[in-house]
Amino acid sequence: MSTQTAPLIEVQHVSKYFGSVIALKDISISVNASEVMCLLGDNGAGKSTLIKILSGVHQPSEGRYLFEGKEMHFSSPRDALSVGIATVYQDLAMIPLMGISRNFFLGSEPTQGWGPFRRFNVKFADQVTREELGKMGIQVREMTQPVGTLSGGERQSVAIARAVYFGAKVLILDEPTAALGVKEAGVVLRYIAQARSRGLGVIFITHNPHHAYPIGDHFTILNRGSSYGTFAKSEISREELTGMMAGGEALEELSHELAEFARTDEKAAATLADAAREFEAVAGELHVEQLPPKFVDAEHQHEQLPSVDGEGKR
Amino acid sequence: MSATIATERMVRVRPLRRLLVRPETGAVVGSIAVWIFFAIIGVAQNNGFVSLRGTSSWLSVSAEYVILAVPVALLMIGGEFDLSVGGMIAAAGMIIAILSTQFGLNIWLAIIAAFIFAVLVGMLNGYLVMRTGLPSFIVTLGTAYILFGVTSGVTSAVTGLTVVSGVDQAAGYSSAHAIFATALGGGQQFPIEIIWALALVALATWLLLGTSFGNWIFGVGGDANAARNIGVPVTRVKILLFIGTAVCACLLATIQVVTFTTADVLRGTNQEFVAIVAAVVGGVLLTGGYGSAIGAMFGALAFGIVQQGIVFAGVNAEWYRAVIGLILLLAVMLNSYVRKLAMEARR
Repeated sequence: MSTQTAPLIEVQHVSKYFGSVIALKDISISVNASEVMCLLGDNGAGKSTLIKILSGVHQPSEGRYLFEGKEMHFSSPRDALSVGIATVYQDLAMIPLMGISRNFFLGSEPTQGWGPFRRFNVKFADQVTREELGKMGIQVREMTQPVGTLSGGERQSVAIARAVYFGAKVLILDEPTAALGVKEAGVVLRYIAQARSRGLGVIFITHNPHHAYPIGDHFTILNRGSSYGTFAKSEISREELTGMMAGGEALEELSHELAEFARTDEKAAATLADAAREFEAVAGELHVEQLPPKFVDAEHQHEQLPSVDGEGKR
Repeated sequence: MSATIATERMVRVRPLRRLLVRPETGAVVGSIAVWIFFAIIGVAQNNGFVSLRGTSSWLSVSAEYVILAVPVALLMIGGEFDLSVGGMIAAAGMIIAILSTQFGLNIWLAIIAAFIFAVLVGMLNGYLVMRTGLPSFIVTLGTAYILFGVTSGVTSAVTGLTVVSGVDQAAGYSSAHAIFATALGGGQQFPIEIIWALALVALATWLLLGTSFGNWIFGVGGDANAARNIGVPVTRVKILLFIGTAVCACLLATIQVVTFTTADVLRGTNQEFVAIVAAVVGGVLLTGGYGSAIGAMFGALAFGIVQQGIVFAGVNAEWYRAVIGLILLLAVMLNSYVRKLAMEARR
């Protein structure tokens, strides 16, 4: 994207050593506002070390850390948070037994009254939480509902909404889709898109190129502590991105490719059905047998071929 | 996709279920059940359990348990235990008795000294737990032994006895009696500690549900790490909760010393377990992050009703432990079931 103005957050040639171990070597990335930077890499590639530097947990051994063009030296995550760099960790985001709005405002409770009679403004908290979740497209009736009753994706989304509400400019998401199912991951990806459209810079860490590709503007691929480089979306295809990830994920790649084939088949089936109405029944039967089970279910529900528009894009 | 999520979210939670998933429901039902049980026996035997005298008796026993159980419940919601409240009762009672009888201090000064001591013990407990990262169960077990041991040692060194009496001779006793030990309700003798207990429940409930501090208590108990990441002062919250249990133990010690006009080095023995049992029966989660002060109050009520009900029924009083143990087991099982309901409340 544009490089005329200073990026929102940038690291230049950072390295991190733990004793004699080189965790990161000469990494440079930058993220602008309204941009999603995907940080990809297999396990052990150095993703965690890099986000810990970005979120203020670690200090880089070498290199510069700039925020809005100014050099920064964070000594704790609180420092980073105070300038607007919020990190949402995969499993440390929420307290399961607490209600949604209580979680949302934990540590920053709105109060009313004065002195010893100052009290937690529960009504305000509920209202704001409801509004903020509404903006992200989550409808929840009970703000007192324990967060543990939400799905993993919704929990991540509430954490993202919270970071946005409390003024984050940069959102660092540590594997937000790792433990989620396909549908759930889709929900989280949508909220990442929403955060971007609200002007945040997002750093999205993942080891799944199929989650990264639809949402990312830029991609940085880490491998064994160094960078393969940063690519704009226009410069790289999903297949190339997948290929650049470690070869050990061949199996996963294969399964995703198979899913792609199934989708292509489905699309062809739909076109065929539209074009040749008299063969519709025959074509439908034929493809029902070839499709994976979830499409068969949809088939039975709707008693006709499913529309593929939405599915195809995801 | 968002449409399906919206409808899924919009399923109304049935009112009965909503009632069931409150932490105190089990204790409310349980204490009513044991009351009905002993009331039936009471009417059958005509033993006076359902009379005003009987009611006053279980209410005052329960009130003492409430004063202990409510702050312990808050601490347990915050994810810690305090086994030193029994030792604190012995120590605080003895401080008041020795200072006011052996050193001739005004009893109010003695009481203030005991409260200052309680704050220090609470701070020490909290500091040790947070500093060492050891389980509070062990740390406070240590301070409990120290408190009992030092109390016994100092008492016999100063007085040569294990029971110190004559507190009513101290200066300021009559005003202290009016605050801590007077009886209300004419001839029926409802002790003022019932008011103290109710005030404490109201304060704790307001603190838990109505203040930021209360939100932090749930947070540090639910997941101290997550709470710390998000900016909750975890150490401060927990130390304050330890101070709370010590101060309330001191309040109970004051009430007892002023009421009985004596202090005993063994007073308070096993009271830490009474408090924990009452809190757990009241729906407080052993692992923290869940519970209520009102639940702890009903847990303490069940405890007091059983203890006095058995006395009134003319059964050997030692049987009450067996009944309490049974109630504890039932309550823990019920509560774990209720919590499972709570976590799937959306369906």
